[in-house]
Amino acid sequence: MQDPNSSWMVLVDQRLESSLETVDSCEERAKTEAMRLGFAEEDAYEIGYAVREAVVNAVVHGNQYSANKQVGFGLAASGKTLRILVEDQGRGFHPDEQADPLASENLLNQSGRGIMIIRAFVDELRIEAAAQGGTRLVMLKTVGGETPGPDAVSNS
Amino acid sequence: MSVKLTNRQVGEVTVIDAAGRITLGEGSSTFRDSVKEMVNAGQKKILLNLGDVSYIDSSGIGELVSGFTTVSNAGGSLKLLNLTKRIQDLLQITKLYTVFEVFDDEAKALASF
Repeated sequence: MQDPNSSWMVLVDQRLESSLETVDSCEERAKTEAMRLGFAEEDAYEIGYAVREAVVNAVVHGNQYSANKQVGFGLAASGKTLRILVEDQGRGFHPDEQADPLASENLLNQSGRGIMIIRAFVDELRIEAAAQGGTRLVMLKTVGGETPGPDAVSNS
Repeated sequence: MSVKLTNRQVGEVTVIDAAGRITLGEGSSTFRDSVKEMVNAGQKKILLNLGDVSYIDSSGIGELVSGFTTVSNAGGSLKLLNLTKRIQDLLQITKLYTVFEVFDDEAKALASF
């Protein structure tokens, strides 16, 4: 489906239950669409990994497995750039308030590394407040690793 | 497939051969429970062979750290063997290469305890 207001071709637009099955299905779908778009296998792995971490955050920390809350999952393509949206209905997330997982005093923390790994695996990550008060992660990655231009971000 | 753990004793060292995926849920708790049982049984020299682990997410990385802390706090040591390129990259990104002793040769790893 082509969004008439932007250059993005919507590939996936889903509202999913807050479960670990959702995590697995989003990871697999993202990898499949990435390969279809022309990403190399290693890039598709990194996209799948970033999606998995984002959806885990949405299911576990955002929606806290609530049966009454859903995870929004979207994939869209523009040229060779893949845009990934993951949205929860939780209480919101402020990355600035998160402990730096690379600080020596935090290296042995059991959790808190997901966002950092996502940043390493995509070209661009934005963390926004979602319309219903939750958190939306917007991730961009381009075949060949080219940095997307500002239009790619503002047309979301 | 979630992770499958097989233990073998080589001298004083317990080698855990892991295979599959270590991810949020069953895969990560299996590892955590296994390490706790070993420490409770007095096995404090643990070598974790990750050669057949195809995937580990941040929850799984957290479980490795938890296992490391559990063993260290009991006066023992947990070391890593046969990391795939992807797991090596994850340890670089997370700076955990500075925490774990990592080997690609089992005999050298065993001799290091």
